[in-house]
Order: sequence, then C-alpha cells, then structure tokens
Amino acid sequence: MGVREAFGLPALTLTASYLAFGSLIRASGLGLLPGLATTFGMWALPGQVALVELYGLGASLGVIAATVALTNARFLPMTVVLMPHLRAPGRPRWLYYAAAQLIAVTSWVLAMQRTPALAEEERLPYFLGLSLVLWGGCFVGTAAGYVLAGGLPHALSLGLVFLNPLYFMLIFALDLRERSRLLALMAGAVVGPLLHLLSPDWGLLATGFVAGSFAFGVDRVMARRQASRATAGRHG
Amino acid sequence: MAERSIWLVILAGAAATYLWRGLGVALAGRIDPGDAVFRWTGCVAYALLAGLIARMIVLPLGELQETALWVRLAAAALALAAFYATRKNILIAAATGVGAVALFAWLGGV
Repeated sequence: MGVREAFGLPALTLTASYLAFGSLIRASGLGLLPGLATTFGMWALPGQVALVELYGLGASLGVIAATVALTNARFLPMTVVLMPHLRAPGRPRWLYYAAAQLIAVTSWVLAMQRTPALAEEERLPYFLGLSLVLWGGCFVGTAAGYVLAGGLPHALSLGLVFLNPLYFMLIFALDLRERSRLLALMAGAVVGPLLHLLSPDWGLLATGFVAGSFAFGVDRVMARRQASRATAGRHG
Repeated sequence: MAERSIWLVILAGAAATYLWRGLGVALAGRIDPGDAVFRWTGCVAYALLAGLIARMIVLPLGELQETALWVRLAAAALALAAFYATRKNILIAAATGVGAVALFAWLGGV
C-alpha cells in the first residue's frame, strides 16, 4: 500500500528534486559514485548539498561533519515522534533502527498523516514500502541529474531546485487540522529565516526550540481556556 | 593539510546524519506518547521543518540565489493559491510554482 502511494507524485517530485543535486555533483567535479553514496548514506538533501559545497570549498573534515550534524539534527525529534506510529508488538528492535535510516521529510510527513488510520501491524510495512520507493527515486534523480547536467535550460533547472522546498511546503499544507502542528508550522516559518540571519549554524536548531516551545505553550493555554469555557458552560 | 578523501567525508556525513535517527529510536522507547514531553517534541519537529522550508525559500543556498526574493515568494504564493483552488492538488500546485520560477528566470534572462 505504501508502495502504491509512493509511486506517482511523491517519487516523481523527489526524483526531480534530486536532478538538481545530480547536476551539482557534476558541477563540483565529483564523480557520480560519491554522489550516489551521499544519497545512500545520508538521504537528506540540505545536508547533502552542504557536504558537497563545503567539500568543494576545501573545508576540513571536522567542519563538514559538524555542519552536517547541525543541518540534520531535525531527525532526532522527527524520529522520536514517528516511532510510536510504527511500533507493533513482537518485532526485533534492529528493524526500527534500520527503518530510521529511511526517515526523510517526505516519508515522515506522509507516514505521520497516514499511519494512524492503519492497523498497527500494517504501519511499518507501509512506511518501508513508501520510503524504499522514494529512496529509489532519489538514486534515479541523482544519476539522471548527473548525466543531464548542463543539458537542461538554466531557467528550468532553477525551477527544479525550487521544487524541493515548494513540495515540502505543500505536503505540510495537506493536513493542518491539528492545532499544535499548525501553530508550530506557522511559528517556525516566521522565526526560521530570522534566526538563520543571526546564525546560519545554530539558527535552525534554535528555531525548533523557540518556535516549537512557543507553539506548545500557546496550544496548552488555548486547550485550557476551551476546557474552562466548556465547564463554565455546563454550570452556567 | 592531510588529503581529504571524499569517501572519508561521505562516511563522516552519513554518521553525523544517522546519529540523530538512531538516537531518536533509542529515545522514542523511553518517552510515553501521551506525555507532555512527547507533544513538545512534536511541536519542535514541525517548527524545525517549517523553519527549514521557509529558509530554503527566503534565503536559499546555491543557484536559487540568482532569482529575486519576490519571485520566489510570488511563486510560493501562486502555488498555494493553485493548491487551494484545486482542492489540494499537489501536482497542479507544484507545477504552478516551478513554472512561475522558471518563467520569471527566463524572462529575466538568468
């Protein structure tokens, strides 16, 4: 079922987004194989772009590792939040550690939206099917982008680079019913660019803490008000 | 400086990425999903991702810097308008946004 869902638009857009990464690899003078290896080992586009660009600039191994770690720290809260959605009794723990490698923005958002409607034992298979197809699409995109590099009109390739943030934004917009999520998304979108200007290294993490805690607090206050209004209504 | 092998860099990048995913699995087993800590973590995750997406649109790295900020904002707004006008059709919305950036870039002679 996850496989069916992934084929089509999600895989198509990720493949198209990785076209741009493939051409970046080519432009940086790296071979196709290292490019594919980053898609295999990392599968996190912003971190991959940072790695390739920093390597090209001659940054040290320590600086590259630290930057990638900061860029990808989002996977910690993402994984913590997704795991209870995938768990079912009687499975070995290593399976979850392996599945964690497949957590990326698209697979995460779709799994967060779809798995609550599935039976417990169907959730992990759904996630694996979905993610493996998406992952596969990214290898195709990396390779195709490498081969096609320079062949696409420049205006079109700029459009394809824009597809990545645009698609992420749209899949989040698919499901905004939960108030705390909506608050967190709005606060993060406002605070993110501002804190990035203050500190490109720490801005993203600070955004998560500041905007996330703000959304959490506002949501709690609103929930308490609703609750007290409901009681007042009952007694009045 | 010692030669930085690209393979060593990729290995470090992969480790620096998986670290968070693996740590997430380990921690997830220790937090009760009904807990306030868990709900706070969810808020942090959504805020982080929205911050990342907004940063990629407003302050992009790489070649997207060649496009003007208003072009990217207009393209994102057009895509959202198309998304809601078509009852959340992502294909049409994404094509609208990508088409807008490509068209403005082409007209601007980038």
